[in-house]
Amino acid sequence: MHPAFSVIFFTVASGAGYGLFILMALGYILGFVEFDKGVTLVGGLLSLALISAGLLSSTLHLANPKNAWRAFFRFRTSWLAREGVFAVLFYPVALLFLLGLWVNLEAGVYNGFVAFIGVAASLLALATLFSTGMIYGCLKTIRQWNTALTPTNYLLLGLATGGVLFVLVLAWNGKPTLVMASLSLALLTIAAISKAIYYFWVRTVIGPTINTATGFTRAQVRLLDTGHTAGTFLTDEFAYFAPAKLLLALRITVFVAGFFIPLMLLGFMVLGAQASGLAFLAMLSSFIGIGAERWLFFAEARHVIRLYHGAQHT
Amino acid sequence: MKLGLVIDLDVCVGCHGCAVSCKQWNTSGTTGPLTDYRPYGEDPSGVWFNRIRSYEVGDYPHNKTINFPMSCMHCEQADCVDVCPTGASYKRAEDGVVLVDQDKCMGCNYCSWACPYGARELDRSSGTMKKCTLCIDRIYDERLDEYDRQPSCVITCPAHARHFGDFDDPESKVSKLVRERGGYALMPELGYNPTNRYLPPRITRPIPTEDVSKKSLISSVKEWVNKAVAR
Ligand code: SF4
Ligand code: SF4
Repeated sequence: MHPAFSVIFFTVASGAGYGLFILMALGYILGFVEFDKGVTLVGGLLSLALISAGLLSSTLHLANPKNAWRAFFRFRTSWLAREGVFAVLFYPVALLFLLGLWVNLEAGVYNGFVAFIGVAASLLALATLFSTGMIYGCLKTIRQWNTALTPTNYLLLGLATGGVLFVLVLAWNGKPTLVMASLSLALLTIAAISKAIYYFWVRTVIGPTINTATGFTRAQVRLLDTGHTAGTFLTDEFAYFAPAKLLLALRITVFVAGFFIPLMLLGFMVLGAQASGLAFLAMLSSFIGIGAERWLFFAEARHVIRLYHGAQHT
Repeated sequence: MKLGLVIDLDVCVGCHGCAVSCKQWNTSGTTGPLTDYRPYGEDPSGVWFNRIRSYEVGDYPHNKTINFPMSCMHCEQADCVDVCPTGASYKRAEDGVVLVDQDKCMGCNYCSWACPYGARELDRSSGTMKKCTLCIDRIYDERLDEYDRQPSCVITCPAHARHFGDFDDPESKVSKLVRERGGYALMPELGYNPTNRYLPPRITRPIPTEDVSKKSLISSVKEWVNKAVAR
């Protein structure tokens, strides 16, 4: 698949934004994070800004954006419509939670009702992230996406990058980061394992072949002619090809920048180094790594239409 | 009703006549125009509802060229419709034809990702998704003669490789053809259950060679010279 920048930015930014929000709500409800107005303001604004920037950029790839308002109508069958509905429902609930948090901090109390709203907003955030994953995961035409690992990775990577961001927010506001950094370590580790499982799983060649695509299953089939001299919509959209060396380099980037470096930096912080500089580097590195991960996610996806253009298998 | 096409791979000569007549009819039809980009430039491109590809099946000398026209299969399990968030894509209950409402489409491309047969193409000038309509603006038009109430591609095909009809009626021409010639669906393993069916090439009678006379000396020499002398 052709990796579209707007969609890569959207999934990375809003994924981290939702992850950050969920961890903030969790931290408040379970009380493992020390909140003050600074943390609430910076964390809340940062998550909402990332989510909004992501959602806005996702509308950039629409060819006819004036009809974008119709995108909520097929909630019954379309994961794209579901994502839109959950994303829109999230906003008022999330704002209500942040407001409640602020009021509680002002009054210096813990309020069960605010916690309840936090749970509701987090569930909506999770539902949005899950829907984003399912947009890709539900496509039978792309064997590399059609797996439960796709939504799993979207959820885990959103939470992991959100966790790194939250550590940065806490360090920035001079709050203790030990618990959150440990939690992020755990999340990053789980996400890295899940991603490694995916890369292992995706190596196996399965699914339709040029033989089942044409129905000639008892002989070798080769493409003679595509019937067009220049590119078509189909070749623009689906014929994307990246050299194997680039793919390998990017996979290394995913694991080094996306997981290994943030893990090391957060490890230092858990061991006692208290510097927002470390958290910032961890955040930067994880965003580069996850950006590469998302780019690969598209570049390595091979749509079955490629069989008709001469590929022997997907 | 379950309307669709049967395409006879035995007789398709790969002339692209169906694609051209489709383009001509539909560019002024319900989902027209079928925009062309740089039509007189170096790399002309544009929207087509029909694409014809050619394949070589088998290894020499037991090989054969198969011309392979493809358009929307009007699938029974049309995921392209299910994934469309706006409701622009829909499948008609009465005849199973899959259409895109040009007034509702937002051009997200998602349906084209869900289609395994490459039937959907985005028109970059209107920003909407376009695809085969099974000539919905012809097949019900009572002002046309009975014969003309068929998709443009079917009428045009000089080899009569395309047939149109109702697959729900076991006595229709298309149902009979599928029954008699072993018509099959493409990529059945994906579960889209496409309506269109393809007829495989007929098993041809082997051409007897016993009665072919031996090569004369002079023709053998000629053959040898032709091979040996580079031109
Ligand atoms: S061929 Fe493609 S566009 Fe046509 S109904 Fe099937 S999935 Fe949809
Ligand atoms: S491109 Fe148009 S028809 Fe296709 S899924 Fe998007 S809104 Fe629906």
